[in-house]
Amino acid sequence: MSGDLGLWAVPVAMLGGAIRVSTPFLFVSLGECLTERSGRINLGLEGTLTFGAMAGYALAFESGSAWVGVGAAAAAGAGFGAFHGWICRFKGVNDIAMGIALMLLGIGLAFFFGKPYIQPVAPDLPSIPFGFWSDVPQVQAALQVNVLFLVGVALAFGMAWMLRNTALGLRIRVVGDSTEAARAIGIAPDRVQLWATAAGGALAGVAGAYLSLYYPGSWNEGLSSGQGLMAVALVIFARWNPVLCLFAALLFGAAGALGPALQTVGFTSGYYLFFAAPYVLTLALLIFTSTPGNALDSAPGELSITK
Amino acid sequence: MQAIGLETVGMTMRFGALAALDKVSVRIAPGTIHALLGENGAGKSTLVKCIMGFYHATEGGLLVDGKEARIADPVDAQRLGLGMVYQHFTLVPSLTGAENLVISRADAPPVIDWPAERTAIDRFLADLPFKPPLDRPVSRLSAGEKQKLEIVKQLYLGSRFLILDEPTSVLTPAEADEVLSHIRALCQSGRITVLLITHKFREVRRFADDVTVLRRGRHAGTGSVADLSDDRMAQMMMGDAPARPVLDRTGTHGAPVLELSGARAPSLSGPNGIAIDELCVRAGEIVGVAGISGNGQTELMEMLTRQRPLTAGRIAIKGRPFGATRAEAQALNVRYLPEEPLRNASAPHMSVAENLALRVFDTGPGGPILWLNRKAMIRDAQARIAAYDIKTASPHSPIATLSGGNVQRTVLARELDGDVDLLIVANPCFGLDFNAVAAIRGRLMAARNRGVAILLISEDLDEIFELADRIAVMSCGRLAFVAQAGATDVAEIGAYMAGRA
Repeated sequence: MSGDLGLWAVPVAMLGGAIRVSTPFLFVSLGECLTERSGRINLGLEGTLTFGAMAGYALAFESGSAWVGVGAAAAAGAGFGAFHGWICRFKGVNDIAMGIALMLLGIGLAFFFGKPYIQPVAPDLPSIPFGFWSDVPQVQAALQVNVLFLVGVALAFGMAWMLRNTALGLRIRVVGDSTEAARAIGIAPDRVQLWATAAGGALAGVAGAYLSLYYPGSWNEGLSSGQGLMAVALVIFARWNPVLCLFAALLFGAAGALGPALQTVGFTSGYYLFFAAPYVLTLALLIFTSTPGNALDSAPGELSITK
Repeated sequence: MQAIGLETVGMTMRFGALAALDKVSVRIAPGTIHALLGENGAGKSTLVKCIMGFYHATEGGLLVDGKEARIADPVDAQRLGLGMVYQHFTLVPSLTGAENLVISRADAPPVIDWPAERTAIDRFLADLPFKPPLDRPVSRLSAGEKQKLEIVKQLYLGSRFLILDEPTSVLTPAEADEVLSHIRALCQSGRITVLLITHKFREVRRFADDVTVLRRGRHAGTGSVADLSDDRMAQMMMGDAPARPVLDRTGTHGAPVLELSGARAPSLSGPNGIAIDELCVRAGEIVGVAGISGNGQTELMEMLTRQRPLTAGRIAIKGRPFGATRAEAQALNVRYLPEEPLRNASAPHMSVAENLALRVFDTGPGGPILWLNRKAMIRDAQARIAAYDIKTASPHSPIATLSGGNVQRTVLARELDGDVDLLIVANPCFGLDFNAVAAIRGRLMAARNRGVAILLISEDLDEIFELADRIAVMSCGRLAFVAQAGATDVAEIGAYMAGRA
């Protein structure tokens, strides 16, 4: 069969793009979701993501193994997250201001340490060809699914289960809803928030490693382009629900893939406008999903943005 | 017998120079309900916080079940079988009842087997009189359901000594009786001992075995309820405070000032919206809106301030449609005294003088002004501080440094200044002491006698009966009942509040 799908190429390319582009959104938003469920907000994930991308790429290049890179990115992300969590426990520290400072610090450090790694080529993360049953090359390309995406999907459902069915999950929700109530039943809110923030940072680090080691698959300074920040909006849109984070990430991924997909069928006018699709979508969703006079019911009570 | 006794010995708690508790000794026998009576600020909360380990008493000791106990924090207290049900709920709003129960247990399993836990909870509830809903998030429970769930939680955690901090303040009289008679049955069966903090004599009389009265941090008296008359208890509680004088009611009602017709708005919780078919307040009249909190009073206040848009109907003042803009409020002389005035009606870090001027700071004798006239503002503030007896270090002190009663006086001084035709008030005396309450209610009555139309939204039935000419009852977002104050009584109003009439 020939590779000419006509206009069908657009949805096929968008499906593939959704899976490829959504993975970093998915990891960052799951990380932010976990952190915010504990009542803390971490706006620094953009910096964590960028630093994770650099650290992952550098370690993968030095060690020759992409998975070592992913591990290094997660560790670096956990470090950033833990630092944020530790600083924010002090009285008078605002988590939003601190997050912005950490974002800039993470980006700056990534650029500083990442200079020597712009040229070299690091090994890629493996992917699984789920499109083997089809002989249409576009379908095969679209269903070339990275292992990290599958991990992310499992993580989304796992996190939802964890928040409902484990003592740890309930503790995170208690702390996020009311630190007073948490103290009354003997939970140390600072410790829960510290670990939730560290774990959230680690997930953002993994998202960075995906960017530099799979798609687009190289380290450069313009790699992240605000995905870490958009993930914060995405968590609000997903109403702090990990499974909804997955669908929101896919939606964002599909919107992000709209530009390139239209390009494949030769539709080029207003091309740059389509690259803005995810950002327009963020704005539109937040406007349409907010209702005046109706507070965010599902928002964790201790979150500084909803207080 | 599972119930345990408790005794405080010379318990003293100092905050700086102030002794919030001064050598208080109380002995609570196992299996009894012991009432702790006292005015606001008498030291009731301080005493129980010392028992529960939130505060560490400066001096004095604690005996639990006859043995000396050192309690460092609430977790220690729980280990000894002491539990407390707070006035503000400590349930986690977004968790369901069952989740709240399981997670508050110290030995909550790492992975929760929900079917097994539910069976265990159901078995535990089987021989308890309370049946709170377990599958809805706590944020969607009524106050009564939350209160029952709090008590169940304490029993579930194995508490054998329960402190109930004004447990009935959010309940209807009937609900309160139900909860307290269940509690009483549990005490009589020897399962728990209860320390009941309250200021309602009726509850002490009907349910308590013994009573201890605190006044200004000191032990003012103790004894068996059967041996003490209400007058004697009141005397212990108030000391030599004069009885509240009956307020003079003069003048006649004038023309309608505030009229609501067919007003509809969405409610804060629940699918049913707020629906006020007809409400009218005339000049020189106080209309009291009674009701248990959460039945739409907050929304009604927001509708009147236009913070909550109407979906239908209209609000008119003196026959003109009212949109609650600053210009309209000024033109029609409408003033507000919302509940928690420090949060809802003042700028906490700005000075008393500035807060007093919030209504008029941008107008001078000849219309709008560009530069503030500081001197006039201070002069005016000093006059009103004197007139309203506001206790503040100076007009320049931030209003947040004032006590609750003085914040309320300040806001009232601002709102009652100049020509006022309509005053909308919500819970004006909540949390204030005896003198402040008398002063605020006196001012409201004086304003009424001057011909101001007053809409008083209050959860305090005594206040409604003291002030209102007509009483409306709000229940489930609707006005369930309207009557002349003289033609109804607490029992009838209580029945409508409960939505059962």
